[in-house]
Amino acid sequence: MKWMSRATVNVLLIVATLYTLLPLTWLLFASTKSLSDLYSTPGFAFGDFNLIANIRAVSAENGGIFFRWYLNSVLYAGVGAAVSSFITVMCGYAFDKYQWFGKEKMFGLVLLGVLVPTTATALPLYLLASKVGVVNTFWAVFIPVLVHPFGVYLARVLSSGYVPMEVLEAARSDGAGEIRTFTRVALPMLMPAYVTIFLFQFTAIWNNFFLPLVMLNDQRLYPLSLGLFTWEKQGNAFPEFHSLVITGSLLSVVPLLVVFMSLQRFWKAGMTAGSVK
Amino acid sequence: MTADTQARAPGEDWRRRGAILLFVGPFFALFAAVIVAPLAYAVYLSLFSEKSSGLGFGGAETVFVGLGNYLDTLADRAFTDGFLIILGYCLFYIPLMIGGALGLALLLDSGLARAKKFFQLALFMPHIVPGVIAGLIWLYLYLPGISPIVDLLGGVNFLGGDQVLGSVVNIALWEWVGYNMIIYFAALQAIPAEVLEAARMDGAGAIRTALSVKVPLIRGAVITTVLFTIIGSLQLFTEPMVLDNVSDGIVSTWTPNMYAYNEAFGNNDYGQAGAASIILALLAAVLSYVVTRWGNRR
Repeated sequence: MKWMSRATVNVLLIVATLYTLLPLTWLLFASTKSLSDLYSTPGFAFGDFNLIANIRAVSAENGGIFFRWYLNSVLYAGVGAAVSSFITVMCGYAFDKYQWFGKEKMFGLVLLGVLVPTTATALPLYLLASKVGVVNTFWAVFIPVLVHPFGVYLARVLSSGYVPMEVLEAARSDGAGEIRTFTRVALPMLMPAYVTIFLFQFTAIWNNFFLPLVMLNDQRLYPLSLGLFTWEKQGNAFPEFHSLVITGSLLSVVPLLVVFMSLQRFWKAGMTAGSVK
Repeated sequence: MTADTQARAPGEDWRRRGAILLFVGPFFALFAAVIVAPLAYAVYLSLFSEKSSGLGFGGAETVFVGLGNYLDTLADRAFTDGFLIILGYCLFYIPLMIGGALGLALLLDSGLARAKKFFQLALFMPHIVPGVIAGLIWLYLYLPGISPIVDLLGGVNFLGGDQVLGSVVNIALWEWVGYNMIIYFAALQAIPAEVLEAARMDGAGAIRTALSVKVPLIRGAVITTVLFTIIGSLQLFTEPMVLDNVSDGIVSTWTPNMYAYNEAFGNNDYGQAGAASIILALLAAVLSYVVTRWGNRR
């Protein structure tokens, strides 16, 4: 009986894994095919090996705009997450290590912010931005994503775990000011928290679709996902765009998978700290 | 959670205050600009309406309509139908998602699973794929001619009016099941060994232990994920927008969020769009409150 239940458990897990991995495997196969093979060959078999030609077609389309989108995504998500994680960690650290009047009320506000649907703010944000005249600029997408209430919550939890009060007291009695204590003593200890929050933010921004869709008209400012979305829209009229979207999707997903697999430790730490409190 | 600070010399106090301000200032300044101000502006906008006079050549004037936009929005079948779609979506999605993720986590935690690291990573992998890309991949897996599964299943029309809801649920499930599974698995791993030992001593089998000991013990994690799943479902936008292009089952006001988007950019009715956004935010707040309340009571 025992081996049977062991077999059942593992078979069930394998079935679930097939469900999660097969679509990605299909993407890999599909991006190696020419447009006609895409329609005529089975999904999980190779046709003529056309990957290089597909990548060339992606790079050539509209004067190489795909790589422009790539760069934009890296800027929005990479720089955005780096800046926002710093702001967030600093704020969470202050919530953890200092007392001030009305602190818990302010923290309640942060938690309320976690629950505000980002899509509910995106439209009014667009209208505000058009008043200020920053619609259809880099900043219209870059600045709103810097705010990450959930990260503040996470940073507060992680700060209480990573930074012992005694260490701060020791730094202070050595004559270090508050800011110096933070940058020289606390921040290095908070590095794992920083990386965790960075990863959270990075995915959130990389995934962001509604905000750029609302804010941007200029194709040259698009992030990858919005760009691929507009290509797909042309697929009905021009089937060759299907090929471009498939290969473009593969190119945009592979680096993400590599980064995440190498940083597993950090995102797992964040996910568990965020939910098992 | 909070570390207590001790009494200190009053002379130092203003420096500390300055530091606190410096630490929390940037976040709250952005918070005010990016979350509070837009919400306030949406409330303001939602109280006004553009009434065009005559032929509409520069004749539009802004009139205060009080709660008029809210009443109009709530009376609009297109808007309320969107909530029915969300409701149907949740009825499919939440049990599948929570049940699936919990089931997988319990399987991994059962002590019988091999290659746990591999399974965790493989199940989580779709979550790394951005929502739009996930939507695009599945779009092709649903698209007759390109899809390897449509023919296999005897020509099912994944994009038809009756099936498309299930197709959207499937995309969301694919993206999120591994994510929630990891959260549950971590919670399960934190259950003390003595508790499980005691259950075994009482003669509980593996399945009994899973259902009556393990699941109740990770209730907190389950409630948190249900909460975030509901808030996420209310905002449903990306996946149907991607499928919209090829599916005749999805209209431009299919979900409340698509409705708001369409009011703003299709009809240029910012008052109505603002009202729809606020109704959505309020609903998210109320639901969160109810779910947390209900979770804490049990």
